[in-house]
Amino acid sequence: MTATVSIASIEKNFGGSRTLKGVSLEIEAGEFLTLIGPSGCGKSTLLRIIAGLIPQDGGSIAIDGQVVDDAPPKARDVAMVFQSYALYPHMTVFDNIATPLKVRRLPTLARLPVLGRWMPGLKAARAGVAEDVGKVAAQVEITSLLDRRPAQLSGGQRQRVALARAMVRQPRVFLMDEPLSNLDARLRVHMRGELAELHRRLGATFIYVTHDQVEAMTMSTRVALMMDGEIVQVAPPAELYANPSDIRVARFIGSPEINLFTAHAGPDGRIALGDEATPLRCDARGPVTLGLRPEALRIADRTTALTLKARLHRIENLGPDALLHLRHDQGGDQRATLRLPLAEIEALRRSGRLDAPLTIGADADAALLFGTDGKRLELRATGAARNDDLILQRAS
Amino acid sequence: MTALLTRLRRQGLGPRDLAVHAFLLVFVFITLFPFYWMILTSLRPASEVFTAHFSWWPETFVGLDNFRAALSQAPLLRFMLNGVLVCAGILIVQLLTAIPCAYALAKFEFRGKALLFALVLFALCVPIQVPALPLYVALAFTGTLDSYFALMVPFFLSVFAIFLFRQVFKSFPDDIIHAARLDGIGEAEILWRIVVPSAGPAIAAFAIFSITAHWNDLYWPLIVITSPELAPPPLGMMYFADNDSGTTFGALMAAATLLTAPLMIIFLFAQRHFIRGVTMTGVK
Repeated sequence: MTATVSIASIEKNFGGSRTLKGVSLEIEAGEFLTLIGPSGCGKSTLLRIIAGLIPQDGGSIAIDGQVVDDAPPKARDVAMVFQSYALYPHMTVFDNIATPLKVRRLPTLARLPVLGRWMPGLKAARAGVAEDVGKVAAQVEITSLLDRRPAQLSGGQRQRVALARAMVRQPRVFLMDEPLSNLDARLRVHMRGELAELHRRLGATFIYVTHDQVEAMTMSTRVALMMDGEIVQVAPPAELYANPSDIRVARFIGSPEINLFTAHAGPDGRIALGDEATPLRCDARGPVTLGLRPEALRIADRTTALTLKARLHRIENLGPDALLHLRHDQGGDQRATLRLPLAEIEALRRSGRLDAPLTIGADADAALLFGTDGKRLELRATGAARNDDLILQRAS
Repeated sequence: MTALLTRLRRQGLGPRDLAVHAFLLVFVFITLFPFYWMILTSLRPASEVFTAHFSWWPETFVGLDNFRAALSQAPLLRFMLNGVLVCAGILIVQLLTAIPCAYALAKFEFRGKALLFALVLFALCVPIQVPALPLYVALAFTGTLDSYFALMVPFFLSVFAIFLFRQVFKSFPDDIIHAARLDGIGEAEILWRIVVPSAGPAIAAFAIFSITAHWNDLYWPLIVITSPELAPPPLGMMYFADNDSGTTFGALMAAATLLTAPLMIIFLFAQRHFIRGVTMTGVK
């Protein structure tokens, strides 16, 4: 009960604007793939195209190897969970969940209100529907709510009903359009765990749309980051964080945002950060952007390879650790954020170092380098070469 | 007096509110007084109707005599049955035609959609008197004058209903329609089983508008009906008044009370839905 999904150069225009610019993606059977991106990047549109709810202007969708471009939504054997839950407002929870089964197993006449109940010879089919609904309701723990109407349910309960309705006909592919964003923060954390567990249990293919990077990082097998109608990078969550292929990816993933500094690559490819030479080299020449995650930055000491001057702006206490918000003169927006354990900040404060201008820095291998076009540049820095290089630099 | 004012103020009613309520009461009186007069007249003898002094209460209470007289002198129940048949027929066909049309205008993209909707708005501005003559000629040509069909046919297609339901359907969430498509429900079934039930208040509101308009309509029945046994309530009332040349006001008012009663009863039952429907759709 699982299938691959192949998305091949999908195009979609709304009015004059290109919402999707030739998106291609291969999703493996049983994968939990998250489409993430800022609002308006086309991720929800792509999901609806996969479901067949809106037609694409170009390209092709295949599910389990079968091209489904001309198939109506119901023939694609996919289920979708909507951000608004999209429950049928006048039906009970039971009828909401039973609807997809009734449509498939009962003839049209039997689904007529009042009259349909007297259609003979459908006892077994009806009992089967009720049994399946009961099973799914038990799985998402809403058995006691089956007689209620959606308006009588809380957000979390509605979410479960929407999940149950999607699960009940055992589709090959689940499509989820920001299913958690209408829940409060605590419930969201809880449902995150439940969704990941559900995916593991069902083994079906999940395509999950969100703008929340925490959801993407915690649940996914792979994450596809979309920007402006294009997929910028597809990678497992950890790699997306550690190894962004593009400056937009680096900025979107990670909170607080990555620190960006303007640097300069000399004629030999050696990178200087302001006036300070660094042990880093690259193949590009001219201006480059150096990215350092807040947790890679620290107060500089003798072993710090990359250093720059900064002034403290304010301290934000997060409980276990704190964020130092700094100002610097190394280009970008001239702000930097540095994450330190609370104890270290206390020690710094007591020594009085926070009041003076600070020197901050990071290890050379923590640096992410981007070219002027935003693409990631390869760094060539080896620990052994570092000192020699520095000595040479100073000698020349 | 001042004690009363302080007590009212404690209830949250300032002088401004009192003035507003007094103003509204005047209009309530203007609206309700003729209605009261009708019921009053139906309950007292004809001699009292033309007395010079005013009285709020029948001086001699004749009970249901006037009603008995009205029912025996005119086939009131027949008129009411005609009214029910005509109103129900019109309403059913109006709903069956307007709902799919409104749904298409609200939720589908097709060529000429804007033009079609413009035509609907335009048709809202055309009163029944304008096409009355061609309609009459057509009915005469097909030999269907003086029939229930002739009473109903001009009103089968209601642009007002199309407009009203379009506004309601437009606010129906697309996600639910999408969910229904994914669940495998056909388009017609989506409309009648998923979308229409949620439009209950709007349908109730429209039903009240439609039933009131056609129950009370005199203009069109007067043109196409000649047989008294096909007359809907107002035309029947007219025959009745003609026959008795206006001396038995008591019986006439009793008949009027009986003929308006069904509307009152429907409105009392549908009142909550009606008000919700009207406020929801922003009509009137």
